[in-house]
Amino acid sequence: MSFRTTPLTVAHDRDKSTLFTAELREAIDALLTRYPEDWQQSAVMPALTLLQDANGGWLTRELMDDLAAYLDMPEVAVYEVATFYGMYDLEPQGRHKVCVCNSVSCMLRGSETLIEHVGEKYGVGPGETTADGRFTLKEVECLGACRHAPAVLVDKTYHENLSPEALDELIDGLE
Amino acid sequence: MTDKITIEIDGRACEAAPGEMIIAVADREGITIPRFCYHKKLSIAANCRMCLVEAEAGGRPFPKPVPACATPVSDGMKVQTRSPKAIDAQEGTMEFLLINHPLDCPICDQGGECELQDVAMGYGGDVSRYSERKRVVEDEDLGPLIATEMTRCIHCTRCVRFGAEIAGVRELGATGRGETMRIGTFTAVAVEHELSGNVIDLCPVGALTSKPYRFQARAWELTGRDSISPHDGVGANLRLHVRRDQVLRVHPNDNETVNETWIADRDRFSYEGLYAADRLTQPMIKRDGAWQAVAWGEAMTLVAERLKAADPATSGWWLAPNATLEELYLAQRVARGLGVADIDSRLRQQDFRDDAVAPLRPWLGCTIAELETRRAILVIGSDLRQEQPLLAHRIRKAALAGAGVGCVNPLELELNHAATQLVVDPAALPAALAAIAKALDCAPEGAGAALIAAAEPDEAQRALAELLRAGEAGQGGLVALGALAVAHPDYALIRALAETIATTSGCALGWLPAAANSVGAHLAGALPQVGPGGVALERPGRALDAMLAEAPRTLVLWGVEPDRDLIDPARAMAACEQAEFVVACSAFRSPSLEAGADVLLPIGAFAETSGTFVNASGVWQSFQGAVAPPGEARPGWKVLRVLGNLLDLRGFDYVSAAGVREELAECCGEAVHDNAARAALGALEPRLAEGGLARVGGVPIYALDALVRRAPALQRTAMPRAALALYLHPERAAALGLEEGAEATLSQGGRTLDCEVRLDARLAPGCAWVPAAVAGSERLGAQIGPIEITAAGAQRG
Repeated sequence: MSFRTTPLTVAHDRDKSTLFTAELREAIDALLTRYPEDWQQSAVMPALTLLQDANGGWLTRELMDDLAAYLDMPEVAVYEVATFYGMYDLEPQGRHKVCVCNSVSCMLRGSETLIEHVGEKYGVGPGETTADGRFTLKEVECLGACRHAPAVLVDKTYHENLSPEALDELIDGLE
Repeated sequence: MTDKITIEIDGRACEAAPGEMIIAVADREGITIPRFCYHKKLSIAANCRMCLVEAEAGGRPFPKPVPACATPVSDGMKVQTRSPKAIDAQEGTMEFLLINHPLDCPICDQGGECELQDVAMGYGGDVSRYSERKRVVEDEDLGPLIATEMTRCIHCTRCVRFGAEIAGVRELGATGRGETMRIGTFTAVAVEHELSGNVIDLCPVGALTSKPYRFQARAWELTGRDSISPHDGVGANLRLHVRRDQVLRVHPNDNETVNETWIADRDRFSYEGLYAADRLTQPMIKRDGAWQAVAWGEAMTLVAERLKAADPATSGWWLAPNATLEELYLAQRVARGLGVADIDSRLRQQDFRDDAVAPLRPWLGCTIAELETRRAILVIGSDLRQEQPLLAHRIRKAALAGAGVGCVNPLELELNHAATQLVVDPAALPAALAAIAKALDCAPEGAGAALIAAAEPDEAQRALAELLRAGEAGQGGLVALGALAVAHPDYALIRALAETIATTSGCALGWLPAAANSVGAHLAGALPQVGPGGVALERPGRALDAMLAEAPRTLVLWGVEPDRDLIDPARAMAACEQAEFVVACSAFRSPSLEAGADVLLPIGAFAETSGTFVNASGVWQSFQGAVAPPGEARPGWKVLRVLGNLLDLRGFDYVSAAGVREELAECCGEAVHDNAARAALGALEPRLAEGGLARVGGVPIYALDALVRRAPALQRTAMPRAALALYLHPERAAALGLEEGAEATLSQGGRTLDCEVRLDARLAPGCAWVPAAVAGSERLGAQIGPIEITAAGAQRG
């Protein structure tokens, strides 16, 4: 038996041209060209990101099922990816995501203080959304920015070396 | 072989093939390395880390312990499985695995046969150093076969890989990450795959266990007995686990040439049928319409008298094709000893026009193991996964290895591999085959000459012809006939056309035997035109169709439920009623036998008798009885031996089933299996008219035989098109004015049945699928044949 077992493909009884929107299909098709023929399922990660962004920051069961059909893969294989990675959210999110890194370097440099501070000031713990829906606080694993810990990812932008005040300023700038 | 290399494991020189994994070499050498995620039939995950060993290659040690399951060997490699460093790593892994695993083996169903428990005995600490809270996981309901206790899961992912690689359906997955990782369906659906029970064996812990067996017994109370599955033509090798004369569960035995390490759920859970409430435990005689239990002596004397007095010309014997070889052989000996020629075991066949030339010793056409090396396989008339779960798995392996798989069927199958499926109306099946033959440039000759001459192959039919041609270049192809082809009113024509296709394309002609001993029945001589050893008889008897058309006066039923096991249950029941004297030898007291028979003789079912099944490959597989038959029931061959003696027939002094088998084996000699027709057949006219609607009654996977039909857990498992209903293509339903859920009146040969309509776009438009062998279906006629359908409301109104 080998390591390289080609992933199982499943033919879904769905009309692919009715899935998502034309723009999304085009974007996913562009992603597919990056992967070898038998390994098109690899596009599941960037495709999930595209779908999540287009759906207000979170993924529904239907979207995941549709993507499974689009990529000829088993539904459960999409669920596996979507539940494994922290950057996919399966519940409605705020308009913005404030992702505080809480891995070792950031923790040693005060990320827990940041989380406590946001909790006190905005009344949200990790995984919660502010009452006005402005942002969701997320505690995430290493962002790879240990050099300037603590790091916070606000939507898609890295902010490093943050103090509670600096983080406040960032949050204040969110709509 | 020259490309062998030598490695050293624990100081022992071992021969290995380059690229092999350390654990595979160690297993071959009998050196134990603990493991959870590794399984020889599954891909390598290397995620449990239990098989860490110390190794050095090229004189340099690896910097840290390596997983034996994922480290390929190289020449001169030295492996230490028991060095302090290796044991330290293994103990460390064990401690981590036990952090979240409950330490309550006494209340776990797997206790006593748990791989984790066993390995923990060797590598675990006496006292846990972990005192924090353990993870708790909610259970999921995976259906009636598999019990879950997911808190016990150690995330080896064998069950997940089984789904992806063997079953071909990803029903289970590992969602979440780290401590929140879960094995489950995520969407809480029941697991339905016909091989899914194998995850019970694969699971190294008590997370996935058998639901029917749950908390019934402890592993050390059970005695293992080898047996052979009595269902499909594979003859899966089984290990019956018995306690106090009761079969409590069934496991597979490894046999690479038959079932590898897998068995179908049908093989695994059918034992429950042995303990059905309606087991026949005493000989019974019907007197003045009432059933009376009698002693064996009385019943046998009566049977012998009546059979002796009966006119052999108007006597018939119907033998179940899942009876043992010994039973079939002795039954035909008794029958022919009495001068009876009308013997048949092809109970689901209605076209016998080619009996004079049909093969005497048919078989699969290649061995079961060879199926996966075929380069092209054309399956004709088979609901493959339902009929032959394990052969379907072999065909899937062939497809994954690049073989072209084609199907010609009245429905589109739910296959889990690539296949070219041609969906044709039941009546158009011969014409479709003729078109494929034409596309292969066959000369128009034989039974289907007119059809071939008239055929104009379309693109799909040409594609199938191409697929077969491509097979010729490789290791050969196979054109296989399934149970739907056998049940077709034009089976003779279909077989002739299939043979033409096979011969022209250089493929072998194959047959997927539906019952455990369909192949053996030919060798035993349980056919009107075939004698013991599979030889042609000069004076053939009447086949089943003639016996159904004109009922014998005296009828002997062996292991048959006339309302379920015959091609035309309504006519079979009528024949039983018309007959003056009906003896039924059965393991079950079926209502249809109570209605139709005059004497019931209790015989042992599967696991209760010794015997032999000849599987699709032609392999004779013998087994011993594992438990005693209930009550007064006796193994079938003994009943026949006594009957032979009472009838004063010579040579009925067998002392064991083995003696019977040896006698038959001598008859068979070196006879080879061959699917070719013995002579060319004259032109045959198709009997099923094209254009009309034809009923197709497939036998659902869990309705195949009396035992399976009585297994409660299997009966609770929903399978496609298995529940009694009329399944129609949406277009055809619309044309008939029927919609989903409507009531329709079905009428076949004057008999009617009201049932619900279900729409199924997988069916051919001319196919009205009404399953056979399920309750209610006995009120209809032939499994495949013309049918009339009207809206039930219309008739009432």
